[in-house]
Amino acid sequence: MIPASFEYVRPASLDEAIRILNEREGEAKLLAGGYSLIPLLKLRLGQPGILVDLQAVGGLDGIIQTDDDLRIGARATHRQINENPIVRETYPFIQDVSGGIGDPQVRNWGTIGGSVAHADPASDWPAALLAGNATIVVRGKDGERAIKARDFFLDTFTTAIEPTEVLTEIRIPRRAKGVGGGYSKLERRVGDFATVGVAVVGRLAEDGTFRGIGIGVTGVSPSPFAATSAEQLVVGQAPSEDLYRHAGDAAAAQSDPAADVRGPVDYKRAMVAEMTVRSFRTAVERARAFA
Amino acid sequence: MSATSHITVTVNGESREADVEPRLLLVHLLRENFGLTGTHIGCDTSNCGACTVHVNGESAKSCTMLAVQADGAEIKTIEGMADGAALHPLQQAFWDQHGLQCGFCTPGMIMQAAWLLKENPEPDEEEIRAGISGNLCRCTGYVNIVKAIQQAAGELSAAESAPVVAAATTEGQAVSADPAAAG
Repeated sequence: MIPASFEYVRPASLDEAIRILNEREGEAKLLAGGYSLIPLLKLRLGQPGILVDLQAVGGLDGIIQTDDDLRIGARATHRQINENPIVRETYPFIQDVSGGIGDPQVRNWGTIGGSVAHADPASDWPAALLAGNATIVVRGKDGERAIKARDFFLDTFTTAIEPTEVLTEIRIPRRAKGVGGGYSKLERRVGDFATVGVAVVGRLAEDGTFRGIGIGVTGVSPSPFAATSAEQLVVGQAPSEDLYRHAGDAAAAQSDPAADVRGPVDYKRAMVAEMTVRSFRTAVERARAFA
Repeated sequence: MSATSHITVTVNGESREADVEPRLLLVHLLRENFGLTGTHIGCDTSNCGACTVHVNGESAKSCTMLAVQADGAEIKTIEGMADGAALHPLQQAFWDQHGLQCGFCTPGMIMQAAWLLKENPEPDEEEIRAGISGNLCRCTGYVNIVKAIQQAAGELSAAESAPVVAAATTEGQAVSADPAAAG
């Protein structure tokens, strides 16, 4: 499979990349690792006039922790995130997500910013960012915008980024005491897209009840979504298997799966419930261990 | 047809140049422009790993990378593994353990295994299986592939037992093209 023709540029700075995006608005696409974009080009589902390769732009792949956030540069690869000492020490949930994407070659090159901007309805990061209440930072010619994950994923392959903006950073609230996360994915085989993926990030109060909760679901609707009805059931309640099951049922009801080779609608709904329960168990175990 | 880009890459230690369309895939650059047909095209959808090569030391699926992205990079392919007539320990191990049936996945398997052993010189069986999870063997010959990687891991990490020479046995095997002779 051969992509349609396009031009290629490798700007040396973010400003230059943004300038090109403005000059060629509607024609230009950004290229990072390429593991989402190039398959799309080969299938000719996308035919951009020009590719703007970000590999020479410095400062886009740092991973740091501030007083407020874990900040992951957009061009950090899944593997860099997975092997990062801060992530390994404090964010096992993020480590799980990054280590389960694709296969080793994909993780060597694929980037978090690329995945998030691509917004495949079955990709892993969106569920995690929805559950973790992350913020997505984009930059255009007039400066930076910070967009909440819950305002970011609009539809299939469609996000709140403007065609003239570059996604520069993902910010995940710094882990507080009593916070834990889990991600459970059902896949037909290693490396496949998620049939269903559910991320749960919970915060336990001192009395052991849920003070906060985020549930992100992927693979079972036109766009990854936050299971808000399930979240409302959980806040203020004490963790229990019954509660997890109720939340799972609510998340399943809010999902809108399509029947395909990965299974019929009822099966996928049942798996949303099951993955939700599993992620709750992991999240609560980790939240209790981080008191 | 868009304008071509002039690129320079180092392939198996040798600097090479080409004028390419930006849409040319790295695997096509290697196979068609440079004649290095040891790198195979399997699924062409970044699933199967038959096209795995190293780009700046990291394993990559060369069907999912543009040649222009590799401009300035160091690339290693299966043709760069043997030292003259002496097979690389991984190649010898695939031979010894019968780690190939039809042989189509073998170049990608060996390149991915080489990357794995660079990152983790003494993997256990589970780590080997995870490490090659992006490489499919359509003959399903994984058991012997894992054994071959285990054999090579032992040899490579055992300080340096001199590489086994198998000069008479390379013909017709996965070690297909001599980079110096390729066009």
